[in-house]
Amino acid sequence: MNSSWPLLSVITFLPLSGVLFLMLVRGTEANVATNAKLVALWVSGFTFFLSLFLYVGFDSDFVGYQFEEQVEWISGAGISYHLGIDGISMPFILLSTFLVPLSILASWGSITHRVRDYMMAFLVLETMMVGMFASLDMLMFYLFFEGVLIPMFLIIGIWGGTERVYAAFKFFLYTLLGSVLMLVCMLVMYQQSGTTDIPELAAFDFAPTLQFWLFLGFFASFAVKVPMWPVHTWLPDAHVQAPTAGSMILAGVLLKMGGYGFLRFSLPMFPDASDLFAPMIFALSVVAVIYTSLVALAQSDMKKLIAYSSVAHMGFVTIGIFSMNEQGIAGAMFQMISHGLVSAALFFCVGVVYDRLHTREISAYGGVVDAMPRYAAFFMFIMLASVGLPGTSGFVGEMLVLVGAWNRANWVAVLAAIGLILGACYMLWLYRRVVFGRAEKPEILELEALSSREFLIFVPLTVFVLWFGVYPSTLLDIMELAVSDLLGQIGPQQTALR
Amino acid sequence: MNLVQTFSVALPEFILVAVALSLVLVAAFANSSESEASTLKLVRSLSLGGYGLAFLSLFMLPAGQVVLFNGLFAIDGFAIYMKGLVLLGAFFASWLVSDGWGEGVDRAEFHLLVLMAVLGMLLMISAHDLIALYMGLELQSLPLYVIAAMRTNSLKSSEAGLKYFLLGALSSGMLLYGASLVYGFAGSTAYADIATSLNDDVSVGLTVGMVFLLSGLAFKISAAPFHMWTPDVYEGAPTPVTALFAIVPKVAAMTLIMNVTYFAFSGISDQWSQILIALSVASMIVGATGAIMQQNIKRMLAYSSIAHMGYALAGLAAGSLEGAAGVVIYMTTYVFMGAGAFSIIMSLRRDDAPVERISDLSGLSSTHPLLAAGMMVVMFSMAGIPPLAGFFGKWYVFLAAVNAGLVPLAIIGVLTSVVGAFYYLRIIKLMYFEDADAPLDEGMSRQNRLVLVASLAFIILFVLGIGQLAGVVGTNIEAFF
Repeated sequence: MNSSWPLLSVITFLPLSGVLFLMLVRGTEANVATNAKLVALWVSGFTFFLSLFLYVGFDSDFVGYQFEEQVEWISGAGISYHLGIDGISMPFILLSTFLVPLSILASWGSITHRVRDYMMAFLVLETMMVGMFASLDMLMFYLFFEGVLIPMFLIIGIWGGTERVYAAFKFFLYTLLGSVLMLVCMLVMYQQSGTTDIPELAAFDFAPTLQFWLFLGFFASFAVKVPMWPVHTWLPDAHVQAPTAGSMILAGVLLKMGGYGFLRFSLPMFPDASDLFAPMIFALSVVAVIYTSLVALAQSDMKKLIAYSSVAHMGFVTIGIFSMNEQGIAGAMFQMISHGLVSAALFFCVGVVYDRLHTREISAYGGVVDAMPRYAAFFMFIMLASVGLPGTSGFVGEMLVLVGAWNRANWVAVLAAIGLILGACYMLWLYRRVVFGRAEKPEILELEALSSREFLIFVPLTVFVLWFGVYPSTLLDIMELAVSDLLGQIGPQQTALR
Repeated sequence: MNLVQTFSVALPEFILVAVALSLVLVAAFANSSESEASTLKLVRSLSLGGYGLAFLSLFMLPAGQVVLFNGLFAIDGFAIYMKGLVLLGAFFASWLVSDGWGEGVDRAEFHLLVLMAVLGMLLMISAHDLIALYMGLELQSLPLYVIAAMRTNSLKSSEAGLKYFLLGALSSGMLLYGASLVYGFAGSTAYADIATSLNDDVSVGLTVGMVFLLSGLAFKISAAPFHMWTPDVYEGAPTPVTALFAIVPKVAAMTLIMNVTYFAFSGISDQWSQILIALSVASMIVGATGAIMQQNIKRMLAYSSIAHMGYALAGLAAGSLEGAAGVVIYMTTYVFMGAGAFSIIMSLRRDDAPVERISDLSGLSSTHPLLAAGMMVVMFSMAGIPPLAGFFGKWYVFLAAVNAGLVPLAIIGVLTSVVGAFYYLRIIKLMYFEDADAPLDEGMSRQNRLVLVASLAFIILFVLGIGQLAGVVGTNIEAFF
């Protein structure tokens, strides 16, 4: 089970070693570009292969952290290099290592300048993401959590659209502002407990008044990352301007960092404050679900529409987390994984047609089904998963979240369900306007059919969406013990409230 | 204590004196025009060798505290560490000049004056008495005034030198006035005696004297509101001189403040910590907001250094052991970030003339990938983005502030660091997100490249060695208390 060699460290830092390798690539510009793409693809693909061993070796009957590694880092200060995974972080690591090779493949043809730098940025990003989910030390978590900003800032800023500078700055400064408040709270926690070890901190009892402030500090950071209304405004800008692969990773993994943070820090470490603030979070999430769905209805830009739909879907996640019961948290986890796959696929859908027509305006399309039937089929399936059709992964997550929310507070479930209806409206309408209708514009009829590379990206995404929809136990079994353990940590007074 | 022992304790200082005096002879006797180049070469290698030798001699100094010259001069682990930092910074700064691109400052006089200034800094670090403090400070300041005005044909350089001198004289006056008050009320100029006198009732005069003393020292580290000279001097002085100003003197001045507050005035820490908090907040805000509108990269770095001093003072204001350790770690990262930044700025030329405008950096990543990547790392580090070195400096000073109950100070600090991140990002934006309008000259001198690589390696690999560094700093600081 627990292998003798440091598998987690290898998975975390293998992409970084790929960066060193990329630096050595020499030759003409075209040569460098091709080789850089191949190196990045192989490195990230191999990382995914290695991360499968995490799945194989994972013992879902074991409470606590597995694959643990602990090495002294800052001696005598309670800060160590500590990695480990449980049922909450393991799916996210797999999601990250799964999406990175796909997004590298997705940018195969669309990135033409500075290919090597681009691939370096993606591999650095992968190290940061995996490291963040695997960290069991608060300082390490912060290093990776913030370190994500550097490659993502460059990805948006260098390879983004016309408004990329504004979007990159907004993304960076918004996130940094939230994170530095979390940093101050981390310092306070370190001062109180004398350690930055996450399992030890989770067992530490912070005074209720202190919990109040600590929760708010962490909330500032995670709410921006999720993003929750009203601090979501960086997301549409960042998504619209980022290159396709950047959007895929941003929506697929980076948004999950906020939800993961709530599960790893806010709930177990500040249970009293979480309970206290739950109504506020419900209110914000419900506003997010309904308001951003309405906003999504009014969008004329495909990427912006999907970005707003992400905010709405992440609203479900925060509702699920703070309903603080088994269904809610498992549903939130499931919804995050599902949204990671679905939104990455949706952004890829936009990327596919954007590569051909170079516009994201919905009105520029219509009747795409005539030229690209296979694309229309994939798009339809993913769109339905996003709506939450039974049989897709989207349904399971939303269903569980609604059950959890109903048990905790009926009104939240009722209002969130309205968001579901609105979600169906804007997604189906988007699909109708882009794919159906009469293809009147000549350029639509001349659209190239789906290439085998694009097909290769769609297939694994749709297969997993379908699999998790039909057989959700694959994921739920992994999470089950970790979720009940988390609820145990929250304490009896909260569980009694249910 | 006999003469040999005296020499062995103050060995780095004596090495620098010997090298400086021999430089005078070399420069005076070998200055005929045909051999100018070879003289310069000799001068350079002498001064660089002097720093190197002095640095090595630090390892031969005795461990534990040793006091010399009737209590004027003392060394301990902490002083040795700070001296090492100063010598390293001075070595970097002089090395950057030695590539012959020095805007006319790469002359024998320059190296001599820098040597004298560094000698002054070492004395400042070891000063254990207000008189020794003042002597060291002036020995440091006077050569710096001269080299700020080194480019005699430039009006801006003369202006910078004059401004620096006038304001520096004013601050020295304040410092002297404070020192005389302290002497009057404490009855002694020795730190140890001042500390003992604080055990009785603390008279107002002593507190006022301490305030004046700190104001004078705040000028030297350019903490707001005593920062007015910094942008003008940074901009006006020739770039190699600015590099020196940015890297070295603040380390020595910060050590001086630490000695005065933590040692001499430790009895009234509640009084000076208020002053340091005020200085810290003002510097963080002025540094962060002032830099936003700057068009000149040296001016921008001047404001950035004001902000950095604000962060360092936040650790000092904590008044604790770990606050002191935090400041030391912060200053260590500061030296390397400054050296990295200036090794890049000094390599930026167009038609063999230095460029200083921030907009000249646009498109640098496509024309000079190494310089741009280096600058990006330095800027992210200065902005305090993990996992780079700059983050850990901030982590330690804010940790000390939080532990001392100064949570609001830490919050102001992190918020201003977000404002600060904006102007560091602006440079990255210019280099990476925009196209070059007029390309800069190719090439980078060997010296600049080596300094850049050394500081980049330090900034990036710092995360691996932070445990060891924190251990070393911790043990040295403990000896200091």
